[in-house]
Amino acid sequence: MTSLDVTAIKADFPILGRDVNGRRLVYLDSASSSQKPRAVLDAMTRYYETTHANVHRGVYAIAEEATRLFEEGRARMARFLNARQPREIVFTKNVTEAINLVAGSWGRANLGPGDAVLLTEMEHHANLVPWLMLAQERGVELRYLPVTDDGLLDLSDLDRLVDGVKLVGVTCMSNVLGTINPVREIADAAHAAGALCLADAAQLVPHVATDVQALGVDFLGFTGHKMLGPTGIGGLWARAELLEEMPPFLGGGEMISDVRLDGFSTNEVPWKFEAGTPPIAEAIGLGVAVEYLEKLGMEVVRAHEIELTTYALETLRERHDDLVIYGPDDSAGRGGVLSMQLGDIHAHDLSQVLDQSGVCVRAGHHCAKPLMRRFGVSATARASLYIYNDRSDVDELSEALAEARKFFA
Amino acid sequence: MPGLEDLYREIILDHYRNPRNRGELPVPPAGRYEGFNPLCGDEVILFLEVSDGRVEDLRIAGQGCSISQSSASMMSAAVKGKTVDEARALIRAFKSMMSIHEARLDADGEPEVVDGSDGSTETPPLGDLEALQGVVKFPVRIKCATLSWNTLDQGLTAVEAGS
Repeated sequence: MTSLDVTAIKADFPILGRDVNGRRLVYLDSASSSQKPRAVLDAMTRYYETTHANVHRGVYAIAEEATRLFEEGRARMARFLNARQPREIVFTKNVTEAINLVAGSWGRANLGPGDAVLLTEMEHHANLVPWLMLAQERGVELRYLPVTDDGLLDLSDLDRLVDGVKLVGVTCMSNVLGTINPVREIADAAHAAGALCLADAAQLVPHVATDVQALGVDFLGFTGHKMLGPTGIGGLWARAELLEEMPPFLGGGEMISDVRLDGFSTNEVPWKFEAGTPPIAEAIGLGVAVEYLEKLGMEVVRAHEIELTTYALETLRERHDDLVIYGPDDSAGRGGVLSMQLGDIHAHDLSQVLDQSGVCVRAGHHCAKPLMRRFGVSATARASLYIYNDRSDVDELSEALAEARKFFA
Repeated sequence: MPGLEDLYREIILDHYRNPRNRGELPVPPAGRYEGFNPLCGDEVILFLEVSDGRVEDLRIAGQGCSISQSSASMMSAAVKGKTVDEARALIRAFKSMMSIHEARLDADGEPEVVDGSDGSTETPPLGDLEALQGVVKFPVRIKCATLSWNTLDQGLTAVEAGS
């Protein structure tokens, strides 16, 4: 297995050539949204310049080409996740919409008063609020797997908690702690209890080879913009037989096979769930992003991130006594997400000072307020690593942290 | 390009390190009002005691960044002992200072000084609070600065409604 040539990769990302505040842009916020390689940007521009027409509508040449390119994006994504067939991929805006689809379609059809859903304290708001809404609407009981002080899911009570639930929802990788969860084990426990399992893979798919069959889950949400693709496209993978049974989610054009004034019948899967004109250029861009990652090799991507995360944890802790980094210590069990607290400097102030050095980190609750409360913090500054980051970026971060401490001393 | 010193003026850091009127008041007679910044998780909890149309006492609890906490501290010092009408006038003046108008930014991004000398007799002097004017150059942080003021506004409205 070869290692990543980060210098060459950096050159593929036009935005990394710009300055911020007179300094080189050090982008450490990929867990929020990744940057895009030129290949993705070019493919989308080329599509608009040469091929654009609505998909699944016209019979003319460019409409057919557009449809073919759009469906190719789906097929590439299906292959990337090792889905059995492309129709198991439903395009959505993002993971948030994918989970809302599951809650709004499968949830409304299958959950009522007295039914229970098991989630975790580690979830992003995207995998909490749709279920809280359903709980309010129809009295569904919500249970939560707790989180240990080390930032791991506490599975000691899993058997009791999973008993009697109809769905288990779990994040594959925490966007705050970086923790990679034992999704297979949780999915097996869910199935043993007669429940389905939904995985939020927003943070996993961009960084770790993801095989939906090996994970053993029933639903998996992913998003394009964190994996080098454009914003506005993500999706839900689900077993085809589940998608067949589920009622539609959004109603409108494209998702129907017939409409009368007194009713309608639905289109086939996956289009049954894709009402309205879809994000066509975005699906094409996503397909090219997948190709880019495949060319690098996801095993190599993962190895690079483990190496860089280890370097970051070691060098940052060595230099900064007053730096707390939340989450597991072992790089093999976590992603390159570093949620930090430096002394008593508030995360918002810290990220403001880092910005003066061109260092972009996210400050705040990272859309995981229950998890933040669990650790007794209201905000952290989060640096997150990706394929275009190397040790020089971690060193810039470390230097900027020292400057921030000096500023607020 | 605005520098950090535009944002973190010495008086702001002083109020952040030594917040005035920090703590809680018994409820009742005081009212308790909460303000959240959903963007970053900052929270201001305001304990407000109003009698005979005057802000008799107030305390600030909660936590947040230097801008939200220093703004709350300065606000508490500025409105304590003021009549409700005077406090409302201060809220208006402060929020007007914090509103972004492209026209108020010159080519260097320097906001014009808003000192209440525009002929209006209604606008009270902001004094130390003017140190927060630099926040306008960092639009993301404006909500940090206005959080406590919006909470005070909400508290005064509740008091006047008799709740």
